[in-house]
Amino acid sequence: MIGSLWTYRGYVRASVARELRLRYTGSALGALWQILSPLSMIAIYTIVFSGLMKARLEGVGDPYAYTIYVCSGLLAWTMFSEIVVRSQTMFLENANLLKKSSFPRSCVPAIIGSSALASFAIVYSVFLALLALSARWPGIVVVAALVPLLLLAFLGLAAGVFLGVVHVFFRDVGHVLAIALQVWFWLTPIVYPVHILPPSYAKWIGINPVTPIVQALQTIFVQHAWPDWTTLGYPAVLAIALGVLAATVFRRQAPWIVDEL
Amino acid sequence: MTGRIALSGIGKAYRQYRAPRDRLVEWISMGSIHRHRSRWALRDVSLELRPGEAVGVIGANGAGKSTLLKVITGTTRPTAGHLSVVGRVAALLELGIGFHADVSGRDNVLIAGQLLGFSTAEIAARMADIEAFAEIGEYLDMPLRTYSSGMHVRLAFSVATAIRPDVLIVDEALSVGDAYFQHKSFARIREFKAAGTTLLFVSHSAAIVKSICDRAIFLDDGLLVRDGSPDQVFDYYNALVASRTLRHEIATSDADGTRSGDRRASVENVALLSGGKPAGVVRSGAPATLRIRVRALAAVADLTVGFLIRDALGNDMFGTNTYHLQHRRFDLTQGAEFVCDFDIADLALGVGHYNISVALHSDMTHISGNYDWWDRALTFEVVPGRAPHSIGVVALDVTCRMAESAAQ
Repeated sequence: MIGSLWTYRGYVRASVARELRLRYTGSALGALWQILSPLSMIAIYTIVFSGLMKARLEGVGDPYAYTIYVCSGLLAWTMFSEIVVRSQTMFLENANLLKKSSFPRSCVPAIIGSSALASFAIVYSVFLALLALSARWPGIVVVAALVPLLLLAFLGLAAGVFLGVVHVFFRDVGHVLAIALQVWFWLTPIVYPVHILPPSYAKWIGINPVTPIVQALQTIFVQHAWPDWTTLGYPAVLAIALGVLAATVFRRQAPWIVDEL
Repeated sequence: MTGRIALSGIGKAYRQYRAPRDRLVEWISMGSIHRHRSRWALRDVSLELRPGEAVGVIGANGAGKSTLLKVITGTTRPTAGHLSVVGRVAALLELGIGFHADVSGRDNVLIAGQLLGFSTAEIAARMADIEAFAEIGEYLDMPLRTYSSGMHVRLAFSVATAIRPDVLIVDEALSVGDAYFQHKSFARIREFKAAGTTLLFVSHSAAIVKSICDRAIFLDDGLLVRDGSPDQVFDYYNALVASRTLRHEIATSDADGTRSGDRRASVENVALLSGGKPAGVVRSGAPATLRIRVRALAAVADLTVGFLIRDALGNDMFGTNTYHLQHRRFDLTQGAEFVCDFDIADLALGVGHYNISVALHSDMTHISGNYDWWDRALTFEVVPGRAPHSIGVVALDVTCRMAESAAQ
């Protein structure tokens, strides 16, 4: 699976480049839309939670701390949900290609994962640039962000591939996922800090594997501190388990996917 | 390397569920409960293709032709049997697979080539060849959505065949596009075949299969029912089709012909005359005249006018040209017009629908100079004539004598 993917790396690269280019050609503001959409979300959450509901982060004096807090979680979540949502429909969307061409099937998730990461890199570099310009650069700890981000991308791809295969056979997956992602978003401390929750609920938030990932990012960007690596053990184990499951289902079902499209 | 294909006992079943819930039950029970019906698209197909062999695949719609090609190309996995394919396979299951309308032709070539498994360097090295073969000029650098369907086909075929494969699989893909490019693409396929490419070719056209393939197989309801020379297999197929009255489904009734050529000379009008008047319906066995009006748009030397009658299935019925009939050629000055009448003393065709293609070219074939090639320029129907009732595509003049033989 990996070997054949390597021989088709040129195809994956060209497809990602084409997808990114197509996303912005024809629109007047081009790549700016990539940044405007998360920017508007961040503005809304900042106004609603920080401005109207007076949510404050404990022990941080900076008035922009909440905005940075939302950014660190929300940008990562957007990347995660893009990977899950797009890989969930990837086989149905590429039905004709899969039926008429015998390229390695693993190219499809590879293209989706790479293009989501590439567009995420654009948005994130803007975020990092703004931090630097406003003198809020976290310093060397910023390199630590790579670990939770890649872990989250992997988790998203594993979940997406699994759901993508299942979706071919059961079309209900699409409807369920749309609801599940909404719930999941609010079960993750992205727009609110965990400490505002009653302790009996806070405990349950810990079951969500995305929670420690988002919290690690928030530690890096808000506190400018190294994250507690041990907290990432649980999502890492879960991601690997899900990855193995997704790879197994994908390998076993890939030849039959075409028959259902 | 040369291509080799061997199938033994290949079967392909598609699972059919009455409700999605039934599949869920199967999944949860880990296969111990069966809730599906299997629909067999291919059943026990055994086939061997030697390197350099060209095999035509024929059969009605839904007979399993496409499934067979999909199994061999590897887009779908057989349910039963053993498959072995040696060599690099190129499949033209559909031209322009992987193309995107908003991207330039050149970028599409790059991506479609990579989809076929070529490396970036391999495509770059052949870009000039692809450009030359496609003959679409400056359109190569324009977005694909500005292309005509003909240009689309030209580009797609040029990419798909940029590098000679060991096995070439073609599914009707070439039946689209202009006649000029069809000839060109068939020439390339023949070149590949001569160089040792193994060919598997699906087509409804008897003429194409007969001219390219050394062998044909006939699939019917997933079974390989005939394997032999194209002539034998088509005879069997036609007999079967006729008996099933599938004829009407395949028939193309109106003249929507494709045209190609450089138009140095142009066919102005084609008419089939019966009793001196243009007619869409002609009696079997009656005299008829095919009148072709020609105009020379440039000075033309060695003009040959030809026609070809095909039946509704695309089988060649009869064709000839002025070169063969008169061994004489016309030279035309620019702007000259003339009428060429082919008098047919006895239109010995059976009852049914037919079409006529006409061609203006130099020399005795269309290869050296193609001025105007008009496929299906005219459609006509043959109705029963004075002769007694008969079936088939020809109307032979038959009498019979009966006498009681002496008892032995």
